[in-house]
Amino acid sequence: MTIGIEHYLIVSAVLFAIGLFIVLAKRNLIGALMGVELMLNAVNLTFIAFARFTESAQPIAGQVFAVFVITVAAGEAALALGLAVAVYRTRASIDAEDMSTLKW
Amino acid sequence: MPFPFLKGAWYNISDLSNLSRALLGWVDGWGNDTVAYIAAGLIGVLATMAFLVPSQLGVVWIERRVIGRFQIRRGPNRVGPYGLLQPIADALKVMLKEALTPPAGDKWVFWAAPILMFIPAIGVYAVIPWGKNMAMADLNIGLLYFVALSSLTTIFVFMAGWSSNNKYSLFGAMRVVAMMISYEVPVVVTLLGVSLFTGSLSLSGIVQWQADYHVWLVLLQPMAFIVYYIASTAELNRTPADIAEAESEIVAGYHTEYSGMKFSLFYAAEYTNALAISALVAAVYFGGWYMWGLEQWVPGWLIFIGKLYFFFLVLIWLRGTLPRLRVDQLMAFAWKFLLPLSLVNVFVVGLEVLLWHENGWSAGVTLPAFAVVNLALTVALVYTYARAFGYDRPRAGDIVLRSEIGFVPGPATEGLPGGT
Amino acid sequence: MDGTGIVIAFWVFAAMTVGAALLVVALRNLFHAALALIVAFAGMAGLFVTLSADFLAVGQVLIYVGAISILVIFALMLTPLAGRHNGESRYALPAGGAAAGLAAVVIYAVLNVDWPLRGGEGFDETAALLGEALLDTWVLPFEVVSVLLLAAMIGAIVLVRGDGE
Repeated sequence: MTIGIEHYLIVSAVLFAIGLFIVLAKRNLIGALMGVELMLNAVNLTFIAFARFTESAQPIAGQVFAVFVITVAAGEAALALGLAVAVYRTRASIDAEDMSTLKW
Repeated sequence: MPFPFLKGAWYNISDLSNLSRALLGWVDGWGNDTVAYIAAGLIGVLATMAFLVPSQLGVVWIERRVIGRFQIRRGPNRVGPYGLLQPIADALKVMLKEALTPPAGDKWVFWAAPILMFIPAIGVYAVIPWGKNMAMADLNIGLLYFVALSSLTTIFVFMAGWSSNNKYSLFGAMRVVAMMISYEVPVVVTLLGVSLFTGSLSLSGIVQWQADYHVWLVLLQPMAFIVYYIASTAELNRTPADIAEAESEIVAGYHTEYSGMKFSLFYAAEYTNALAISALVAAVYFGGWYMWGLEQWVPGWLIFIGKLYFFFLVLIWLRGTLPRLRVDQLMAFAWKFLLPLSLVNVFVVGLEVLLWHENGWSAGVTLPAFAVVNLALTVALVYTYARAFGYDRPRAGDIVLRSEIGFVPGPATEGLPGGT
Repeated sequence: MDGTGIVIAFWVFAAMTVGAALLVVALRNLFHAALALIVAFAGMAGLFVTLSADFLAVGQVLIYVGAISILVIFALMLTPLAGRHNGESRYALPAGGAAAGLAAVVIYAVLNVDWPLRGGEGFDETAALLGEALLDTWVLPFEVVSVLLLAAMIGAIVLVRGDGE
């Protein structure tokens, strides 16, 4: 049995779909954020699988992009969780469905 | 190589990898690769366990005896000669105790936390270079692996504190998380200086570099050593920084609800982590198995274990000497004192590496010069920085012992109202 | 990639990652979902190792498992009065349809594209290669990302700081 690029890409697609579902469907802001992290991870897996398997002038490029994705994800997590905490301060809730007003 | 006539023989104990190689060769003779792979892993694990299990018992005894002496008492001395069997008695007692589970807690997380706690504690030993060829897994990113794995402890501590359904446990866990994240930063930044200088992230590579240039890294980067040792000691949750389990404030912190074997797993993981930190300090800053020619006569792994135990004793010394710090003091210390120092260290080391490699200076002249410059810089910086923050004198609001109460060390009362 | 070890490793880590991701969806307690997310991150690090991305695997453990998940848990603890329930909103059904559709399209594409494969083994050592690439070809994005991190840090501080501080 051989493990090829398709295996990794399918795992990545499944993870991305799960992440997308979490972002779209979860009520809790922090729960939705977990979905974003999963999606970013799935993208990383794709980058690294391409870096490993495909023909390229500089194969390491895929991993370099994964490094950037990880750093941006770290910044994004800090900001998004900061937002969740700020929303909680004003509304005492982090339920996405409670945030239906544009002005309060 | 000591005893050249024994080179490569399995009974040449100056390099235990000979023994494992002989064993593996024998297993390989059966002609099955998979079995040989499994055997290689097993040999490594067994060798690590052969160090860890006796150390675990020995270290408990050493710590209790030494702390006893610090506190002007005898320490355990009833079970066996000099109390040597005390750890075994402790272990038996702990195993026979009832393991309670808080009924309102989160049962599965409560059970999993102490067991998972051991994964990072033991996993980091895979990359420790015991001797010249004696790292179980000589990863080329060993240093990073060590840091990454030890950062996992935070989550398991938090799991323990959260699942106990106890205010004190949760407080302890929150304190650990806040403190560990803060101290992680100086740890990583100082280790960056090491890999800059040696051009390697592999622990064996770093030790080999020190052997090649006949110098310990502590001589070249004393500031990095100080910052790393303080920061990693804080991550261990031992006394100067044991705010996570401060008895006088929050009962026992995150393991308040734990008893029996589960409690002892936390206890053992703490010692395993302490030994691992000592091993990393010995390898990275104190040359690992290298000892200026002594390794020709004494097996390198014995030298390494000696250094490891020395640093463990220093940890006990710190524990016996320093009082517990407050949470805000510890956090301020990490962000305002250790982090700037480690950043300065990276800057200086980077500059030195640049000068050294760009100009092609010879190591014989450059390294002593760097050592002198860095030592002077360390003393000056640490001293002036401590003065600037007032760490050398009491500040308004500090509690100062009065001489009427008892013995007071001299400088603490100077210049304060009511001081003698 | 052949070899029993790597095949077993791939299936174990893939099952671990996808299973834990499904648990993030299924678990009703938000803290348990966060723990499942940590397992998913760890399995992902294992998948990176099978792709000979050792540096990134360790980075994944350090940043995702050690830092981001801690941030998530911290955020949970800082919002004590909010619900801990990890339920779906009324958009669950369309969201599930969208996710399944996306997965189907991507998997169909993956199976039907003729990938320009390189063949051969993975990287021996990625740390040095990555360092050179980051400070040579991609030095501008590298610098920009550091500015971005600084901006994110300041932004997070401003967001969560109270008025009176």
